[in-house]
Amino acid sequence: MLSIKDLHANVEEKSILKGLSLDIKPGEVHAIMGPNGAGKSTLGNVLAGREGYSVTGGSVQFNNEALLDLDAEERARKGLFLAFQYPVEIPGVSNMEFLKASVDAVREANGQEPYSSVDFIKLAREKCKAVNLPADFLKRGVNEGFSGGEKKRNELLQMMLLEPTLCILDETDSGLDIDALQVVADGVNALRSPERSFIVVTHYQRLLDYIVPDYVHVLADGKIVKSGGKELALELEKDGYRWIAGESA
Amino acid sequence: MSDAMNIAKAVSKQEAWSRPQWLQQWQQAGLDRFRETPWPTRKTEHWKYTPLKSLTGIDWSLPEPKTSVADGIRFDDWNAIRLNIVNGELQNPGDLPTGVSLVRLSECNQEQAERFLAALEASRNDFLFDTANQAFIQDAYWLNVDPNTQVQQALHLNYVTDGDDVLSSSQIWINLGVGAQVTVVETFSAGEQGRCLVNANTAITLADNARMTHYHLMLEEGDAHHIGRVTAELQRSAYLDSFHVGIGGVLKRKDIRVRHCGEGAELRLNGVYLPKGAEIIDYHTCIEHEVPHCTSEEIFRGIISDSAKAVFNGRIHIHKDAQKSLAEMNNRNLLLSDQAEIDTKPELEIYADDVKCAHGATIARLDDTQLFYFQARGISRAEAEVMLSFGFINELLDSLQDEAVQNLLRPLLATLFAHQRSELTRHLL
Ligand SMILES: Nc1ncnc2c1ncn2[C@@H]1O[C@H](COP(=O)(O)OP(=O)(O)OP(=O)(O)O)[C@@H](O)[C@H]1O
Ligand SMILES: [Mg+2]
Repeated sequence: MLSIKDLHANVEEKSILKGLSLDIKPGEVHAIMGPNGAGKSTLGNVLAGREGYSVTGGSVQFNNEALLDLDAEERARKGLFLAFQYPVEIPGVSNMEFLKASVDAVREANGQEPYSSVDFIKLAREKCKAVNLPADFLKRGVNEGFSGGEKKRNELLQMMLLEPTLCILDETDSGLDIDALQVVADGVNALRSPERSFIVVTHYQRLLDYIVPDYVHVLADGKIVKSGGKELALELEKDGYRWIAGESA
Repeated sequence: MSDAMNIAKAVSKQEAWSRPQWLQQWQQAGLDRFRETPWPTRKTEHWKYTPLKSLTGIDWSLPEPKTSVADGIRFDDWNAIRLNIVNGELQNPGDLPTGVSLVRLSECNQEQAERFLAALEASRNDFLFDTANQAFIQDAYWLNVDPNTQVQQALHLNYVTDGDDVLSSSQIWINLGVGAQVTVVETFSAGEQGRCLVNANTAITLADNARMTHYHLMLEEGDAHHIGRVTAELQRSAYLDSFHVGIGGVLKRKDIRVRHCGEGAELRLNGVYLPKGAEIIDYHTCIEHEVPHCTSEEIFRGIISDSAKAVFNGRIHIHKDAQKSLAEMNNRNLLLSDQAEIDTKPELEIYADDVKCAHGATIARLDDTQLFYFQARGISRAEAEVMLSFGFINELLDSLQDEAVQNLLRPLLATLFAHQRSELTRHLL
């Protein structure tokens, strides 16, 4: 599904990703952990096609297509979804308008009929319930004045409506209370399927009790420095990242 | 004498009008002042940033009398009372609600004329175009709402200009008696072809406890110019909610001046201006807090595209005795191209010490982070730009009292950014 080979990327002339490789097969859940500033969000942004990140080397295949040749919107339409670490506030554009525009664009690109307004409102309300957001959040400006946890749930709401094939969750668990964590985990688990893969970026082993990963990777200084099964997260919880310096030296 | 604007044709027409002698004299006084007032240039106070070149070198004339009524602006599903003012002349007023009356300046008795002219004198400014308005209006109209009358139906003043190289002047005085309440919508539109200068003045006076919702929508497209003023005087505990739109045409300039004359008066003054192409739109606002305990809240937002230009000058003047004044002004601008230009200047003059004032002006471009958020959800860059631009003014549209006005403005303004591509506005409308 996704094959990243020796990826190098710069932000503002500064080299952040320094030869990152990762292979993800359909249906797999990969957790990525690692110290602050290691490049985890940069990886998500590069994969999603954000401007300002220049790829200086390596390749990324997404469903046998060169991902890096596509515009951000094309990637989204082909099933790549990034849940933002810091979701953006857009006052003046209602959540409902935004969601409808998004779902219409993705469905249209995939040759599907757009939902009627009535059907879409029904669907959006249903998904709101699933992520435990009151339906009146649909009328508010996108993320406008939402609390940290509400923003994360709104990301999940978008993910559920778009039904992407590759979901990248960038610290979707940060800032969530325990109940909300359960809601997010339930949402993700409900979407798990043999065709759908996940990259779950997190700092907390706890999330991985709810969303059990197939693999855990440690990203440090722009590369994957260690990979293992779910037990690796437990080790990290115990030992932290101090060992990295010794390992990569 | 001002000779940059050629008005010989207009003058000879005006002189041939039949009207009462006192009115003829008053208009002559306007013409005399016009001739004494120099043409505004870059050095003229209040006109620094407003290029007027497009008005020069034209043989301005006055419109021919109109028998047919141009359509102008129509509201859907609204039982507003429509008054057509075509080329400055009020057509068939029809029936007005109880407590509302309309008086023509030309038909005033002496007592009415004195009151009417006093109101016009009180509202005037020294600008060249104000003198032209006095000289060239075919008539002036006094819309009066009796004390304690709550007018249920909105009054729609549908101004339409039609003709080539015509100077179309209008003057309306809207007076609300004590405790009266009304909604007045002024819409301005112009025929597709034909160069015109719309010179439109609105004077509002609100007696104690009167409440007025007011819309002033300058929507002329094509080769239209629009210059004029809106003035308002608020007595004790009066409330004015005034909303402004400027789009289209070659040049638009509106001076809005509100005086708080009675304690406890409240003003909400909002507006949006959206020049595109090579258009110029200029709002000058001035709020005079003359007495204590008054409030004013002012928000103007502008989106400037292509090589268009906007000017915003917002002045708040708190007089010495106006303690406990509360005044807020905010002006935000969005530039959609590198050639777009905005001159924004807040001016705060405060002579009282116990007041709360805040003002701010910002100039920004579309936010890359926000655009990426749209794109990361599959929405095209082009649609994202339209939705984001519209969002910038949508907050103000959302806060309008009357849904019919929202329903008129939404599609009108949304399509401005979409270059008539409906697929880009389909999620807004
Ligand atoms: N726009 C930018 N301009 C300059 N530096 C940037 C920019 N974006 C990211 N960086 C830098 O790139 C490095 C990697 O940042 P990134 O956000 O990918 O880290 P992260 O692993 O997600 O960290 P965290 O765990 O704190 O979220 C950091 O040093 C950061 O300061
Ligand atoms: Mg991060």
